[in-house]
Amino acid sequence: MKLYELTIHAAQDLLKRREISAVDLTRSVLERIREMDSRIGAYITVAETSALAQAEAADRAISEGGGGMLTGIPLAVKDLICTRGLRTTCASRILENFVPPYDAGVIERLHAEGAVVVGKANMDEFAMGSSNENSALGVTRNPWDLSRIPGGSSGGSAAAVAADMCLGALGSDTGGSIRQPASHCGVVGLKPTYGRVSRYGLVAFASSLDQIGPLAKDVTDCAAMLSAIAGYDRRDSTAVPKPVPDYGAALRADIKGLRIGLPREYYGASGLSPEVESVIQKAVGVLEEMGARCMEISLPHAPYVVAVYYLIAPSEASSNLARYDGVKYGFRDAGREGLLEMYRSTRSKGFGPEVQRRIILGTYALSAGYYDAYYGKASQVRTLIGQDFREAFESCDVIVSPVAPTPAFRIGENVDDPLTMYLSDIFTLSANLAGIPGLSVPCGFSGGGLPIGLQIMGNHFDEETLLRVGYAFEQATDVHLRKPALDAPDGMDRQGDPE
Amino acid sequence: MKITKEEVLHVAELARLDMDDEAVAKFSEQIGTILAYMDTLNQVDTRGVPPTSHALSLHNAFREDEAAGSLDRDDALANAPEREDGCFVVPRIVEQREAK
Repeated sequence: MKLYELTIHAAQDLLKRREISAVDLTRSVLERIREMDSRIGAYITVAETSALAQAEAADRAISEGGGGMLTGIPLAVKDLICTRGLRTTCASRILENFVPPYDAGVIERLHAEGAVVVGKANMDEFAMGSSNENSALGVTRNPWDLSRIPGGSSGGSAAAVAADMCLGALGSDTGGSIRQPASHCGVVGLKPTYGRVSRYGLVAFASSLDQIGPLAKDVTDCAAMLSAIAGYDRRDSTAVPKPVPDYGAALRADIKGLRIGLPREYYGASGLSPEVESVIQKAVGVLEEMGARCMEISLPHAPYVVAVYYLIAPSEASSNLARYDGVKYGFRDAGREGLLEMYRSTRSKGFGPEVQRRIILGTYALSAGYYDAYYGKASQVRTLIGQDFREAFESCDVIVSPVAPTPAFRIGENVDDPLTMYLSDIFTLSANLAGIPGLSVPCGFSGGGLPIGLQIMGNHFDEETLLRVGYAFEQATDVHLRKPALDAPDGMDRQGDPE
Repeated sequence: MKITKEEVLHVAELARLDMDDEAVAKFSEQIGTILAYMDTLNQVDTRGVPPTSHALSLHNAFREDEAAGSLDRDDALANAPEREDGCFVVPRIVEQREAK
């Protein structure tokens, strides 16, 4: 086995026993990136020099008998989380050369725990998208089928984990942006409860929905990463001052008596492919065999989540993105005279089409005469969506559903049809609107060999139960152990199913 | 059409975006389709329902007013497209009166 193939927990055992060094491990991952990333496009920036320096420091800490929760573990970080001295682009022309003067709260935590940041992962521009096709800085391909999207917006993070170009990654999830690419790339992804992880230094998209979380090779690694990044930060006034449990201790393969809610509005929903539905049903069957009890529940406002989300998120984005004005940082188009002219040409040339579309939509939804009908109405329905979940969790412990209605689609298939793209987020948006945690675990494959994820949602701050269910599922199956055939001896990449 | 070309231009002006005719036509069509979909919300009775702006019921996050370090000026200016004498440089915003 190559070192880059290791899980975090397996690497930790070897590091602790001094069978490998952190420098060996980091070199192996950097070598893998050099070999593989020209085909995948998971990284925007690879930080070879600083990664090796961090690995050397990790080796020193280990030899002194110290070290933290992630000492010497090479990780990727989505390129909208600020890293001091390391370019942070949000995959946008407008921030293409932005070098943050400070570290995000989660980056401080990663460093405090001894982690090695190997690079910054590609994404949809400003996290707006479900396919990574909106990156202004390069295409990202799905390691399972290079003709397909990896999902988005944390598509680079998910692809890097799936292709063994890091041991784990940080992503961010505003409407499914961790869970959906995790599902499409066959890795584990967790969106924590809103407020569980500091957003300080996360470039804002929609502040009431954004949350940072881990993408990992298995649930054990996911729990370890969450333990490292969770917790209060006074610099994020929405971070919740609640003690952080040891998420690793929650990993018991015991779900006897667990009550699983299956929302009747999700199953048989239009757009849910029969192939995905049947894989999900089989996975639910596995959980039942382990002693969980399934019950049908209702989330009566589920049919409205896409409309609510695509009013609230663009509204918040239009406000958050007002800061890109070509003055303090980022790209400036200085071709025309006058301040307003400079703002306009900077923003028009700096933002890509999807970002501009959402700014227009959000500005419209907030503008005089339309506020009540759109933003106001959506905020009221959001209250009802939250109530649906509160009521559901009175009778069940977790809610289980698909992550995405179809397996990964082909690159280019949906680019000119934004509404169709938005509708594919139907199963993931509500967790952000309600602020609850959601976990995606690999649970099977399509007929064409594409990964399919299972979503497990839980009550506020109940990440432990989600991780326990995910862990139990992993113990009963070997889906998470399968890898994409990137190293096929004939050098051929799978280019999709023969249709 | 749910949103006219004039409305797209007006909103683009509010959002400080330039838009050529082609972009206006494309956005009014795409955003019109999206807004038509949003009308499904009218099926929901929201009389008396308070709006949610945050998923968790948050209270004001108070802290002691203590003096602490802040971003160094050079660091704050390091990413500026144009800077001079410790300041950001912007295009002139005050009209100069013509000399008589």
